[in-house]
Amino acid sequence: MTTEPFSMKRYLRPDLTLPFCVGCGCVNVMSSFLRAAHELGHVDLNKFVFCSGIGCSAWIPSPYLMADSLHTAHGRSIPVALGVKLMRPDLNVVVFGGDGDLSGIGLSHLIHAARRNLDILVVMVNNMIYGMTGGQVAPTTPFGAKTTTTPYGNFEYPLDVTKLMVASGASYVARWTTAHGEQLKEAMKKGIKTKGFAFIEAASPCPTAFGRRVGFRDVAEMLHWFVDNSIPLEVASKHTEKELIGKIVIGEYVNRMAPTLSDNISKMVREAQQVA
Amino acid sequence: MSGNEACAEAALIAGCGFYAGYPITPASEIFEHLALRLPQLGGLVVQMEDEMASLGAVIGASWAGAKAMTATSGPGFSLMQELIGYAFMTETPCVIVDVQRAGPSTGQATKCGQGDLMQARWGTHGDYASIVLAPNSVQELFEFTIRAFNLAETYRTPVVVLSDEIISHMHENMTAPNPEQIEIVNRKKPSPNDNKFFMMEEVAPMPSVGEGFNVAVTGSTHDETGRRFTADHPVHQRLIKTLVGKIMNHAESITDVETLNIDNCEVGVVSFGCTSRAVYEAVDIAEKKGITVGFVRPKTIWPFPEKIVNKMARNCKAVIVPELNMGELFYEVDRAVRGAAPVISVNKVGGGEMITPEELLTKISQSVK
Repeated sequence: MTTEPFSMKRYLRPDLTLPFCVGCGCVNVMSSFLRAAHELGHVDLNKFVFCSGIGCSAWIPSPYLMADSLHTAHGRSIPVALGVKLMRPDLNVVVFGGDGDLSGIGLSHLIHAARRNLDILVVMVNNMIYGMTGGQVAPTTPFGAKTTTTPYGNFEYPLDVTKLMVASGASYVARWTTAHGEQLKEAMKKGIKTKGFAFIEAASPCPTAFGRRVGFRDVAEMLHWFVDNSIPLEVASKHTEKELIGKIVIGEYVNRMAPTLSDNISKMVREAQQVA
Repeated sequence: MSGNEACAEAALIAGCGFYAGYPITPASEIFEHLALRLPQLGGLVVQMEDEMASLGAVIGASWAGAKAMTATSGPGFSLMQELIGYAFMTETPCVIVDVQRAGPSTGQATKCGQGDLMQARWGTHGDYASIVLAPNSVQELFEFTIRAFNLAETYRTPVVVLSDEIISHMHENMTAPNPEQIEIVNRKKPSPNDNKFFMMEEVAPMPSVGEGFNVAVTGSTHDETGRRFTADHPVHQRLIKTLVGKIMNHAESITDVETLNIDNCEVGVVSFGCTSRAVYEAVDIAEKKGITVGFVRPKTIWPFPEKIVNKMARNCKAVIVPELNMGELFYEVDRAVRGAAPVISVNKVGGGEMITPEELLTKISQSVK
């Protein structure tokens, strides 16, 4: 624990202005993460490497954080993170990405990273839309929502990425919203400390490309919707699947230990060297 | 030793510490050989979920300080084009071996082709320059793999070794030089106070992550410090001109070419890879018939040795371009010849059928008539 008060500026490059729209949840996610790092005693980010793909949330680390960051191609943050982590298992590798980046174009990498128990933290900022490109339907967009590419309403069902991560073998999985700042920060702390694949979904408002199209007057109204629609995991278990449609089930889904990809690959290398 | 085994052993000698790949015929033996050998030397090998992930992991490992490589064939090479552009834009050294087979699409997975020549040059979107090496023997596949790592480290760029099913699956005698006699190049590292890691024609120093440089790497348009400029015209222009210039202004030292009789020939042949092996015999037989045949064999197919091709063409009644595709090298040769002589495309595709010395001889004889 550090005794110095938290200052977000300490972790940011000094001469840049954050690019996010007014009311964008990316700032809250960034703040939750940095508060978590602060509370874990990191006075700087020298022990971190950040990887991100394409989308607004990919800009949370790149290039704003005073740290090493790899801003990769759309959907490819996790393979790049794998290369970094395997070569430098001593560093904390953190991926920030949106729902489109991680659960659309990059979904197979996400599943395989969880399956391998790759020792990284993935923070998925779920704004339920392709925000940077102007509000197209995403794999996470609620059924019926009007977007620029579903002007008559979304005719597909959304993917529950958090549940998919549990099924894929992740070591730590949690879902919160940016209206749950304290819980999100605590989850980030656990995610950073997890030895193994950690996945945190943060439902996050995009007032520009989603909120106004689906009828929210302002960000406050969206955040209230997050709070009103969120159901804690233990309460959700008493409801039927049908009753949970459109709800955000929040909480810690999984916190379990298993040897990581780095553990297993270094064991293999040791064995190979004995054979040689 | 097979070509693919020679390639894998060369990677070890070059200092490769990380390999990520996806199974594909006829490249898998490179992966399999390294899966056995690389961990014995402390290196890492991992099978990824697809070729995009393979090159992604290679790029991550490269930024973590490793010399890293992947190998594939046409279908996988197509998938890698996305991140080849990223590697070029971010100046990430890495080696990609493309063992060509007959395409497009699945085509004939076990049969030789040379249809990836233009993809190796122009495969990714946007403006870029490529370094592509084209071996025609097991010995050269060995040597060029080492050179590919050296060029990647020197110029901080992806380098492609353009092999083919014949060269990769062929068993030949080869000589590995004494390791002390092999030149190994490592990337230039920054000094402690450096903060400019990109966009230098003489190649910027490359930090690794975790060294305290707070390096910001992005595939978006950026300046020397890695800061993103998403709409600024001068920055994009300066970036692209520098990255292309970084390679093209050193084209003469990168280019490597074998030539025969180019100053006194009646007919010229330009050929690369497995097809070029038939040319030597055709040249010999033609010589006995009193026809002097010039031969240019680009060992670096990109940058293309256009001046040498043009020089030969000035003496020729015709320039013949045999290749296992419907005509790709032909267009580059035609461009280089600039009307100095007619350029004749000789093509064969599929079934593992090669262009024979006899077929070349027929074309040669027809050309001098």
